[in-house]
Amino acid sequence: MATIVVHVMPKPELLDPQGKAVGSALPRLGFDGFTAVRQGKRFELTVDGEATPELLAQARRAAETLLSNPVIEDVVAVEVADA
Amino acid sequence: MSAKIGVVTFPGSLDDRDAARAIRIAGAEPVALWHADASLHGVDAVMLPGGFSYGDYLRAGAIASFAQVMASIVDAASGGMPVLGVCNGFQTLCEADLLPGAMIRNDHLHFVCKDQVLEVENVDTAWTRDYAVGDRITIPLKNQDGQYIADAKTLDALEAEGRVVFRYRDGNPNGSARDIAGVTNEAGNVVGLMPHPEHACEVGFGPDSREAGRGGTDGLGFFTSAIASLLARA
Repeated sequence: MATIVVHVMPKPELLDPQGKAVGSALPRLGFDGFTAVRQGKRFELTVDGEATPELLAQARRAAETLLSNPVIEDVVAVEVADA
Repeated sequence: MSAKIGVVTFPGSLDDRDAARAIRIAGAEPVALWHADASLHGVDAVMLPGGFSYGDYLRAGAIASFAQVMASIVDAASGGMPVLGVCNGFQTLCEADLLPGAMIRNDHLHFVCKDQVLEVENVDTAWTRDYAVGDRITIPLKNQDGQYIADAKTLDALEAEGRVVFRYRDGNPNGSARDIAGVTNEAGNVVGLMPHPEHACEVGFGPDSREAGRGGTDGLGFFTSAIASLLARA
């Protein structure tokens, strides 16, 4: 069993309202060292056996078609997780 | 024979019954369509109602856009069938690439529920021909992910081609780019907007407005427009 991880982030040029809200909450808790927060998504796709190149290619296609919306998001990484 | 307008129910749709009621009040026959049924059951037009399809998981409208019925709707839309998406339906039409752009969380992060003034800018679509350019209508707006965005090139193209159908007036309620509340496709048969015309179709139950008085029916024109468009095509 292996896990393919897909990371999706809001496009850098777009406002990220959720990240902004998180960013403004941090100083209230004393975490004052961060100038900005952007919030993305991490998907873990489990496969039987090895994460073959075919399965990785499938994960990439899934990332582009369903897991992200190219209008507002970028797929920043599709990788096999360390066991 | 009256026009048949289908209303799709997805898991998590909320406004399908109100939509069907509005269609009936306007003089057409509402037909219930089911997300997992590819058949459009002979309807002449389709409406995607508001709600939280599939819990809005992943992105609003994202999973709904891959429902079985959507493939048939995409086909029918490319053949000219009038398609209206309201709120979650608008989000779904964007996710399905029938309309440009996307919706993200409201800029102020709060859920909005209010009577919203819109200005009608395009009356050549299948869903707006019974309005006049410059009309101000008041219909309910209620959503969390209502901020319309697209890249500058897309927005410029929409403006240049007159495809902005509605703009928010008396304040932008969610940070939408260029106050855009609704857009149409190139052919004008597919229209999407965040506010809810189907909640403003019955005298005494819609929002109060300056023009329509108490309990206005400013949303009824969407459905009478669709009926008129279908008659004109027939």
